[in-house]
Amino acid sequence: MATVKDFRNDVRPNWCPGCGDFAVQASIQRALAAMGKEPHEVAVISGIGCSGRISGYINTYGFHGVHGRALPAAQGVKLANRNLTVIAAGGDGDGFGIGLNHFMHAVRRNMDITYIVMDNQIYGLTKGQHSPTSAKGFTAKTTPEGNIENALVPSQIALAAGIGFLAQGFSSDVNQLVSLIQQAIEYRGFALINVFSPCVTYNKINTYDFFREHITNLDQVEGYDPTDRAQAMKTVIETNGLCTGLIYRDDSRVPYEDQIPGFQQTPIYQADLRLDPAVFDTFVKEFA
Amino acid sequence: MLEQLSWKVGGQQGEGVESTGETFAVALNRQGYYVYSFRHFSSRIKGGHSNDKVRVSLKQYRAITDHTDVLLAFDQESIDLNVKEVREGGIVIADEKFNPKAPDHVRLFVVPLTKIAEECGSAIMKNMVSLGASACVLGLPISIFAEVVEERFRRKGQKIVDQNMLAIQRGFEYVKELGGALPEFALKPADGTRRLFMMGNDAIALGAVAAGARVMPAYPITPASDVMESLIRKFPKVGGVVVQTEDEIAAINMAIGAAYGGARAMTATSGPGLSLMMEAIGLAGMTETPVVIVDTQRGGPSTGLPTKQEQSDLFAALFGTHGEIPKIVLNPATTEECFYIMGDAFNLAEKYQCPVIVMTDLQLSLSKQTTDPLDLGRVEIDRGYLASESDLVPTPQTEEFKRYKVTETGISPRVFPGTKGGIHKVTGVEHLESGRPNETSPNRKVQMEKRMRKLRGVELPGSVVRTGDADAEVVIVGLGSNIGAIAEAVERLRADGLKVGHAHVHAILPFPKGQLEAAIDGAKKVVVVENNATGQLRHLMAHFGVQHDGIDSLLKYDGQPFLPSEIYQHVKGMF
Ligand SMILES: Cc1ncc(C[n+]2csc(CCOP(=O)(O)OP(=O)(O)O)c2C)c(N)n1
Ligand code: SF4
Ligand SMILES: [Mg+2]
Repeated sequence: MATVKDFRNDVRPNWCPGCGDFAVQASIQRALAAMGKEPHEVAVISGIGCSGRISGYINTYGFHGVHGRALPAAQGVKLANRNLTVIAAGGDGDGFGIGLNHFMHAVRRNMDITYIVMDNQIYGLTKGQHSPTSAKGFTAKTTPEGNIENALVPSQIALAAGIGFLAQGFSSDVNQLVSLIQQAIEYRGFALINVFSPCVTYNKINTYDFFREHITNLDQVEGYDPTDRAQAMKTVIETNGLCTGLIYRDDSRVPYEDQIPGFQQTPIYQADLRLDPAVFDTFVKEFA
Repeated sequence: MLEQLSWKVGGQQGEGVESTGETFAVALNRQGYYVYSFRHFSSRIKGGHSNDKVRVSLKQYRAITDHTDVLLAFDQESIDLNVKEVREGGIVIADEKFNPKAPDHVRLFVVPLTKIAEECGSAIMKNMVSLGASACVLGLPISIFAEVVEERFRRKGQKIVDQNMLAIQRGFEYVKELGGALPEFALKPADGTRRLFMMGNDAIALGAVAAGARVMPAYPITPASDVMESLIRKFPKVGGVVVQTEDEIAAINMAIGAAYGGARAMTATSGPGLSLMMEAIGLAGMTETPVVIVDTQRGGPSTGLPTKQEQSDLFAALFGTHGEIPKIVLNPATTEECFYIMGDAFNLAEKYQCPVIVMTDLQLSLSKQTTDPLDLGRVEIDRGYLASESDLVPTPQTEEFKRYKVTETGISPRVFPGTKGGIHKVTGVEHLESGRPNETSPNRKVQMEKRMRKLRGVELPGSVVRTGDADAEVVIVGLGSNIGAIAEAVERLRADGLKVGHAHVHAILPFPKGQLEAAIDGAKKVVVVENNATGQLRHLMAHFGVQHDGIDSLLKYDGQPFLPSEIYQHVKGMF
């Protein structure tokens, strides 16, 4: 059986020391090992950004596509090989800026994949512009006088879009994050884990201390019921999205791939692609 | 008796023009006639003039004619807009309801289409009355419609079938009494051979399933949507999936993900969607992911002429992506070729591990035409260089599988996620053989050259097909659906005793320089016929170094396909 070590490779991440993304990388590796996955059974599909590099730093199949399009690519991989554990990953800009459209529709479509966003409220790779999750008043290279746009709150958007599994983590709490990633992978359907993953270089506002101070950990909230959608919505509104833990989970959903008419259990990549002549004849008859 | 005839039905969009044309065309196709239909429509659902022109002949033509022999008009506008092309002494059949008027050069048959239909059961059957009227003029028995009517209305019960047949019969009889059974319009009987009748999009969908396509994410757009709509109906029988994505960017990235995952994946779009796909097409090139993109060209730029003919995406297909990648661009010309080319497209994509764009144009995509039997046996599936057991890395893997191994051909082994011993990285960043990102100059050169080597010096066989006189004085170069109009012009020019050749281009990338040079060798003049304003194919010939002193263009960019007569006249003037 594979151990955490088997999910490591010898690539040194080019992240800055202290970057929150290290904890996300380690948490994914620990979760996969704890679940008894083998490295070849997993594919990490990532976008572009500092965070997007993560697919290169985990010893599984890895696909690093174009900016904002990790989710469409991940859904394509899942369609080709429904047996694969597919993890999509990227930054807040990648997922909620350029890729927001895809996020909303991936939620709606509900394929069995896990989406991990490293939300640092900044564009890290391009060196410090504000992001869609930057707060109003936030100063960055592109908002020298303070952000005049409102922040988008991913947890609120996800719930509004009808997500079936929603969790948030924090890079300082690896144990919680590992557990959330495991639950998300086990969940049959589209799961989002939005991780507060501080950028120590360009975001001097949303620091580790900032999150320690402002986050409500739902694991410690007595009586919080993650199957109650209304309560979940109320919570992400009241905390303005600054909460961690399992926020919402609905186990009654049926994943997309289980509903495709005529879709086989054998993954497409292993199927015989030759067309049965009798079936071909029925297709052609329409035009005779 | 006539060996060929052009018939047209016109009316308001949503008034049954299309179904009238379709019923007429299918019925004649089943008699063994060759049929070529062309729809004139606009991008609105109800209202606005639309018409369907059907050419019927004993031998195959793949072009519409400039004239019309018989015009069926559901409103005065249809007469006003189309009567100019009705030939001297030609027929106009019109509904009495709108008190039709037509100029003197035609013979007008006023038929109470709506009234007869109402007497038969319902006003909507006026199309059927009009079909009966047409049959009378063309000397065809109404029994030719029996089968089609039965198929179309069976679900609604025998009574409806009978009412529709009665409507056809009444229309026939009414025109007969008016003296409309005119021997000079009678069609020579056909041989009764049953061939297929379909549009290019149908053939593309059939070809795709036959070729093993199983994942098709796409976003609706005219004139490409039929491809996804057709595959949605077929895929459940073969375990495939169509996803209607949120946009074309999602469509292409999902297709790339599926191809990376091991499926044969494709998408289909038109110009606006092709523009949105450009970044990802570069990703497919960089990551060496085989993916097939169908571009059914329409009038551009922007929304342009969304329901009209054009061939103006050539530059976009070849040069639209930033950076440099190997890529293949195929240009089918007929429905049969649309079918077989999908097999080629997937085989080439997987052989060279690069994106393949299959370009049609609106006329090819949407014009229903008589089609030869399609032979599934001719479709081969070759998935290219897949890693064998011995290529895989011992597990637990301490190093990555060399997905981008530098080889003499530039082609490296592929392995799909899920395979033990095949773990590697894929990235749009420049990378090492393992797929790990690496931006150093020496590695950049090695990997860039490896990718570009795959297609260096390659010319796909059959990229140019040369017909007509071997010692032609003028060679006409064309592509896509213009094949029919050019072929017909060549036939007439040769009948005039002129030496003319036709070089049709079926692939523009890798550019078939050698084949084109051979095709125009010896000709005094060359004319490149294309549906765009700037002469893109002609520019490509110059760009890729095709040498000839006498190359000229014949361009048409008004949204209409070429008529054989336009090409005939232009080329005649070149002698
Ligand atoms: C189409 C496109 N536009 C812009 C860029 C430049 N770009 C790269 S990463 C990025 C934003 C990164 O921010 P985020 O997604 O939050 O990731 P982070 O670096 O913060 O982890 C941008 C704008 C690009 N690569 N592609
Ligand atoms: S710039 Fe910020 S997000 Fe990027 S690696 Fe450094 S700390 Fe992390
Ligand atoms: Mg960010």
